[in-house]
Amino acid sequence: MKLHHWLAVIPFVLILCGSLFAARVRPFVFGLPFFVAWTIGCVIATAVVMWLVFRLDPANRAP
Amino acid sequence: MNAALAIISLTLVGVLLLGLRARHGVRMDLEQWSVGGRGFSGRLVFVLMAGELYTTFTFLGASGFAYGHGGPAFYIMAYSCLAFVLSYWLLPAIWRFARQHRVLTQPEFFAKAYDSPSLGFLVSAVALLALVPYLVLQLKGLGIIVELTSYGSLDASSAIWIGAVAMTAYVILSGLHGSASTAALKDVLILAVCVFLGLYLPHRHDGGVGEMFRHIEQQRPGFLALPATGKSGAWFVSTVALSALGMYLWPHAFTATFTASSERSFRRNAMVMPLYALVMLFSMFAGFAALLQIPALTGDQIDLALLKLSIQTFDPWVVGVIGAAGMLTAIVPGSIMLVSAATLVARDLYRPARPASSDAHLSMVSRGATLLLMLAAVALTLAGGVSIVSLLLMGFSFVTQLAPALLAALAGTGAVNRHGAFAGILAGVAFVAGSATAGLTMKRLLPAAPEWTHDVNLGIVGLALNVLVMFAVSLLTRGRGRARNLPPVSPAPLR
Repeated sequence: MKLHHWLAVIPFVLILCGSLFAARVRPFVFGLPFFVAWTIGCVIATAVVMWLVFRLDPANRAP
Repeated sequence: MNAALAIISLTLVGVLLLGLRARHGVRMDLEQWSVGGRGFSGRLVFVLMAGELYTTFTFLGASGFAYGHGGPAFYIMAYSCLAFVLSYWLLPAIWRFARQHRVLTQPEFFAKAYDSPSLGFLVSAVALLALVPYLVLQLKGLGIIVELTSYGSLDASSAIWIGAVAMTAYVILSGLHGSASTAALKDVLILAVCVFLGLYLPHRHDGGVGEMFRHIEQQRPGFLALPATGKSGAWFVSTVALSALGMYLWPHAFTATFTASSERSFRRNAMVMPLYALVMLFSMFAGFAALLQIPALTGDQIDLALLKLSIQTFDPWVVGVIGAAGMLTAIVPGSIMLVSAATLVARDLYRPARPASSDAHLSMVSRGATLLLMLAAVALTLAGGVSIVSLLLMGFSFVTQLAPALLAALAGTGAVNRHGAFAGILAGVAFVAGSATAGLTMKRLLPAAPEWTHDVNLGIVGLALNVLVMFAVSLLTRGRGRARNLPPVSPAPLR
C-alpha cells in the first residue's frame, strides 16, 4: 500500500465511522445542524483527498 | 398554452434537435451507437457520468426524502462520495479489460472475464430486472413533473408518451452520442435550478438556510440528525456501504465506462465528482424549506414537495424552467438506460441464439429492441403502481450482488472460478428477491441479535451470503474453470 492508497481510506473513515458520532451531536456549527455540516465537510474532504491521490499517484505523471 | 408549458415544450424540441444532430459525421455502427466508438474525451465522459447520476430519483427523490425523513437523506451524498473514491481504481480496470476484449455490455464483461456464456445470461437477467424498473421510474417522474409544472395543461399520460417518443427517436438515430450531447445541456440547467431553489426558497420563506434549520430544529427536535431506531446509524452505514458498492454496477453506468478514450478520464473525474455531488445538497435544502411551508404531505406525496413549493412561490415562467430541468433529469438518464438495455438484448440475448449475425444486423436488432423496450416501459409506467418503486429498491440490491464476482475477477488471483461466481450471484439475488417478497427484516431474521443490528440493510446479508457461496463453490469445483488473467486493479499501462 502506497501513500495515495492510504489517503483514500480517509473518506471511508470520515463517512462510515464519523457519521455515527456526528449524528449524536445537537449544537449548530456555521449556522447548520452538526450532522448537516459534517456531511458537507465529508464531501469537501473527499474532493481534497482525491486531488491529493491524483497528484501522488505515479500513474498520472506525464508519459 | 401557458408560459410554463411553452418553456417545457421548447426545451423538449431543443433536446430532440440536439440529440439528432449528434449523429452527424459519425458512421453509426454498433460500437459507435452503444459506446460512442470508445472515443469520448474526459470532459464528455464527465458529462455523461454526471448525467446519469442526476435522475428524477435525485431531483424529486432527494428533496422528497429530506422532506419526509430529515437527516437520513444525507446518505445519498455520503454514498455518492464513497462511490467516486472507489471509481478511481475500479473504472480504469473495467475500461482496460473492456477495451482489450471489445466488450460492449456488462453481461459480456462477466462472460468473457470468467469464460462462461451461462454467467453472461445470468448477469443479463439481473441487469434487465434492475434496469427496466429504473427506466419506468424515469418515465413516471417525467409524467409527474410535466403535469404539475404545466399546471395540468398536459396530463401525465400524454407527457409520458411525448417524452418517450422524443427519447426513442434520438436514441434510435444517435445512440449514446445523442445522450452525451443532451447531457451537457441538462447538467447546466439542473445545476442552475438546484442551486437557485436551494438558496432562494429558504431565503424567501425563512430568511436564510441557517434560519430554516433553526425553525425545523425548534419544531421537530432531532429531525436533522439520525434517529435512534429505524433509519438509525446502523441503517445509514450499511446503506451507504451497499449503495457505494452498487453505484457503478448499474448496467448503464458500467457501460458508460466503455465510452472513454483514456483511463485517465476516470481518475480526473474522481477528483471533481465529489464537489458535483454538492448539487444534491441544494435539492435537499429545497425539500427542507417545503417542510415548513407545506407540512402535510405524506406517503408518495413527499416526492412532490419541491415542485409544490415552487408552484406556490414562483411565476409560471420560472416554474416552466424548473419543469424543463426536471424533464431533462428523466429524458437524459432514461436514454442512457435505453441504449444500455437495447445493446444488452442484441449482444447478450439475440446474438447467442444467432451467432452468425453480422455487426450491421445486430445494429438493426438493437434499434428494434430500443422501440420494444420503450413500449414495454411506457406500458408498465401507465399500468404500474407502488410495486415499481419496490422493484427499483430491489434493483439496487440486485446489481450490488455483481460486486463480489467483479472484484474477484479484477483481483486476478484465480481464487474464484465461473461456478463460484455464478452460484454467488444466484444466491445473493435469490436472497434479496425472496426476503423482499416475504417482507423479511433483520429483526425477523435474527431476533436474538443486539437491538442495533435490526436496522442494518438486509442487502448486506445478501452480499455476505453471496461471498460465502462464491468462495465455497469455487473451492469445491477447483480446477474446473478459472477466471482469466485480467489486468490488475491498480492503474497500469494497457497490456
